[in-house]
Amino acid sequence: MAMSARDLDKREFFFGHKACAGCGGSLAVRIALKVLGERAVSVLPAGCMSAVGFNFPQLAFTNNAFITPFAATASVMTGIEAGLRQRGIDDFQVVGFAGDGGTADIGLQALSGAIDRGDNILYICYDNEAYMNTGIQKSGLTPYGAKTTTTPYKGSRRHKKDMLAIVAANGVDYAASASIGYLEDYIRKIEKAAGITGTKYIHVLAPCPVGWGFKTDETVDIAREAVDVGAWSLREYENGEWKLNREPSRPQDLELYMKRQGRFKIEKQYQEENNYAGE
Amino acid sequence: MVERLAEFVEDGSLDAEFIHVESEHSALSAAMGASLAGVRTFTATSSQGLLYMAEVLTYAAGGRFPIVMINANRSLALPWNIYGDQRDSLSLLDSGWIQAYAENAQEVLDLTLMAFRIAEDTAVRVPFMVNLDGFHLTHTYEVVDVPTKEQIDKILPDYDPGENQIDFENPRSFGFTAGPEWNASFHKAHHEAMLHAWNVIDRAENTFHAVFGRRYSGGVDAYRCDDAEYVLVTLGSVSGLCRQVADSLRESGVKAGVLRLRYLRPFPDEAIRKVLSSAKSVAVLEKDISFGGAGTVFTNVRSIVPAKLNVIGGLGGADISAAQIAGIFESLQAGESGVKWL
Repeated sequence: MAMSARDLDKREFFFGHKACAGCGGSLAVRIALKVLGERAVSVLPAGCMSAVGFNFPQLAFTNNAFITPFAATASVMTGIEAGLRQRGIDDFQVVGFAGDGGTADIGLQALSGAIDRGDNILYICYDNEAYMNTGIQKSGLTPYGAKTTTTPYKGSRRHKKDMLAIVAANGVDYAASASIGYLEDYIRKIEKAAGITGTKYIHVLAPCPVGWGFKTDETVDIAREAVDVGAWSLREYENGEWKLNREPSRPQDLELYMKRQGRFKIEKQYQEENNYAGE
Repeated sequence: MVERLAEFVEDGSLDAEFIHVESEHSALSAAMGASLAGVRTFTATSSQGLLYMAEVLTYAAGGRFPIVMINANRSLALPWNIYGDQRDSLSLLDSGWIQAYAENAQEVLDLTLMAFRIAEDTAVRVPFMVNLDGFHLTHTYEVVDVPTKEQIDKILPDYDPGENQIDFENPRSFGFTAGPEWNASFHKAHHEAMLHAWNVIDRAENTFHAVFGRRYSGGVDAYRCDDAEYVLVTLGSVSGLCRQVADSLRESGVKAGVLRLRYLRPFPDEAIRKVLSSAKSVAVLEKDISFGGAGTVFTNVRSIVPAKLNVIGGLGGADISAAQIAGIFESLQAGESGVKWL
């Protein structure tokens, strides 16, 4: 039976952590664990969620959880899955929560290896579009035009890597993009992924008030608007087929979406004539 | 090594899961995940591969996962070289692993069996790196006694992961951040477990002797050192040749001895002090150099006894001859000191 936000598990599996007010990533983790329940084993590399959730003695996960090297999310998941299976245990779900840098940059090789092996794992990338934990440096998933501390004036000159296309090309069994602004869609995709034996990848947009420059009570609204204006899409890939889950309802408002965020404000002298080239 | 293990797994003679990884970093990461899941794990590597997984070494050690890994000691780039020396593992002495160095193929096999028992002891719980000389031991053939399953069962009990495993009845966080107020307490416990490993090594070797009749001697293997005036300290496969040279020097009246280091972590400081306390002069021969300093083995030994001469040889697979070893004893007799290159 399809789960909705209303009948989510009342128990909390990720709480008491140190995430910033308005953090989109912590909402993505919290909701995913409510769907997956106590048989989930969480695996987190260096990044925002490990930095806020694993501060001894204040440990924020109530299920089994492990912190991994930055590049090793998928390979540690592989080992846990194989080890538990070797012990004769089969009712569990190894789930990874890695940020955009940990996924699209440093962790890409290990993720490719896990997809290649067809390991039965669920990899969730919470995408806040830069290395937020270490001070808002540009990642491979920072969008075109977004300022970060390493693209300080002109904004990123590169478009986001298309992670869904990358994992699809690697032969992933199920891939989906989601947004914390469309929670029921996200919940449905986690539930669906958990029911599939194979390598599953969910990429969830998780806005960051600190890094993006918006008020802490706007996180969910921004995450929703990103989909509505077409800055982010809700897609699914399964059995070699792509599906768009939602048409952008107001693509004409892309500029409004960008104007709400400090990261897209480029001073006049740094604006280039061929802005947004390639779009 | 992994190729033969793949055969064992595919033909069903080894009940294990073989994980194909795309890198050494992932190899040790997967081993760590499997160890966390509560099963016995093994991997193997060499040279740049060991360095590529260096980051994961400290995770596995600090997480106290009793992984056993064989490392084929091979040279490091640049210049690129596929032959043996010990710069790979010696550069990672501080990663928190037990490090043992074998002299021959039989000792590699025996050490690996004992490594599981030592690493998995509840009072130790530290990963174990068995080192063997690249090429000299990895690409040559030796006849070895292969133990029976019954023999192995006598020295290696069924795996007991203890508390450090995923438990759905009692879920926990297994790795975490520890700030300044907690950090040292974890490292001190790790250090003390390493020191305690000597007791466990001793017991493992006694049991091993009872089952197989072969006696190993803990941290060091001393040869004609009791009355030796000149002692050459070394490790690995070159030790046999050193002993031969010591024998022939003895025939000509030189009181020569050889001290082979079997373990570098934990460091056998008491055993070294005991053996070398009466030696007149000590040299260290090693296939390693800490550039701008001296050989790492020398630096360690000199922290215990006033070793004077450090001879660097065998880098990138260079031969070390009996004549060169005899020359080291001559240098000792002549009172030479410092770092010398063969």
